[in-house]
Amino acid sequence: MTSLREAVAAHVHDGDTVAMEGFTHLIPHAAGHEVIRQGRRHLRLVRMTPDVIYDQLIGAGCADELVFSWGGNPGVGSLHRFRDAVENDWPGPLALEEHSHAGMAARYVAGASGLPLGVLRGYAGTDLAARTGTIAPITCPFTGEVLAAVAALSPDVAVVHAQRADREGNVQLFGLVGVQKEAVLAARRAIVTVEEIVDELSPAPDAVVLPTWVLDAVCEVPGGAHPSFAMGYGVRDNDWYRAWDDIARDRALFTEWIDRNIRGTADFAEYCARTGIRPAVPA
Amino acid sequence: MTDGWTPDEMMTVAAARLLADGTVCFVGIGLPSTVANLARRLHAPRCVLIYESGCIGSKPRRLPLSIGDGELAETADAVVSVPEIFAYWLQAGRVDLGFLGAAQVDRFGNINTTVIGDYQAPATRLPGAGGAPEIAASAGEVFVVMRQTARAFVERCDFRTSVGFGDGPGDRQRLGLRGRGPTVVVTDLGVLRPDPDTSELVMVELHPGITEEVARASTGWPLVMAPSPGQTPPPTDEELAVLRALRAA
Repeated sequence: MTSLREAVAAHVHDGDTVAMEGFTHLIPHAAGHEVIRQGRRHLRLVRMTPDVIYDQLIGAGCADELVFSWGGNPGVGSLHRFRDAVENDWPGPLALEEHSHAGMAARYVAGASGLPLGVLRGYAGTDLAARTGTIAPITCPFTGEVLAAVAALSPDVAVVHAQRADREGNVQLFGLVGVQKEAVLAARRAIVTVEEIVDELSPAPDAVVLPTWVLDAVCEVPGGAHPSFAMGYGVRDNDWYRAWDDIARDRALFTEWIDRNIRGTADFAEYCARTGIRPAVPA
Repeated sequence: MTDGWTPDEMMTVAAARLLADGTVCFVGIGLPSTVANLARRLHAPRCVLIYESGCIGSKPRRLPLSIGDGELAETADAVVSVPEIFAYWLQAGRVDLGFLGAAQVDRFGNINTTVIGDYQAPATRLPGAGGAPEIAASAGEVFVVMRQTARAFVERCDFRTSVGFGDGPGDRQRLGLRGRGPTVVVTDLGVLRPDPDTSELVMVELHPGITEEVARASTGWPLVMAPSPGQTPPPTDEELAVLRALRAA
């Protein structure tokens, strides 16, 4: 148990490969803000769907490279900061390592399994295979079928958000569980933010439990996924995703927003107070 | 509006009609999700909707904005992890039909969702692959749904994100792709299907009020028309009412 400020200071360093996961649900936005606040640079950001969390980090100048599979604002349109970085090198050039979802998922599974590569039936005939160095053909020794090998992902640090943790730091997440378990187990270090700390983890359907001993920091940050959400604690703030389109479209407006609301606040609680976001109170 | 409906409504309705009841569909967000949910409310109540966020058998009461909307998980038969949805369900051949949209489609049904222009210095950076390459490879068949313009229907995609028929007949087999590929492309102008001999997309049906000239002018390759293209029946009152109620919910 620690504060998010201390967790990021201790475990996210300049130049690290960082995977902040959460497939549309449980996206660790508060942790992303803290990385911006602490001015991390030259990060290699890994995430299947960069979403608003990486749009903010890219626009704020924290990243040199992005490893990803789908970079849009779901249901809304473009991630304008991501596009501006790729199309115009603003605020700096952004190298891309580009995969499909199935390939990224296989890479995390390989990393979590301690294997050097994942195997899938994928990429055949696409231009992705030629553009991405971490995709290569591999022949099955049993059937002779040619499949795609993808290099395992082993981030320096994984960051995820979850519903709750007990006082020992065991973490439980449920609903759309995405690829978080694999990301945490693939990474050398792991930070988890949670909606609440409870005395005992009550059973939840299809819950994933991350034992305390595979984690390096657990931080209580209610609402820390916003504008994503934690099932059971709130809903996705679709209006906010739509509003981000206008903020991110304009460099000056974006910078002003980041300076005022992220760099100009001490922590996520102050950010919420300033922006009027109200974390859901547990039922 | 034409006779009380828009070209996009005609496209959505025409695509929904093609979805057979009981089909297991891998659905992306946006138009594909609208099409599948419209079909489910009309003639295909037993079709199974799978979303790449891990939801199997979702029965959303309103259209989701994203594949992560809680509605999809809360109304699903099962919610599984992302590695599982791609490996056990899509790759293993449990999906009958994949719906794809794109920024570009070429005459052999290959699609581009990655970049317009050169990859290293793109004029427009698009979101990228997502689940599309493996849907295009492994789903039993693929429906492509997108507006037809000369900029979007191109001779050759700027980037081949997902494979239709590659460079022509036999390519899918050569590449080891297990699904049948794009069997239909539904647009706001009509319906195209691949020619069984050449694999090239051929205009087989035109929506009401659309002429062959319009279709040709809206296609970036010399479009082949079927000998006597059919005409899509206009949307019925029921189809329009259900679609509009779905959009408004």
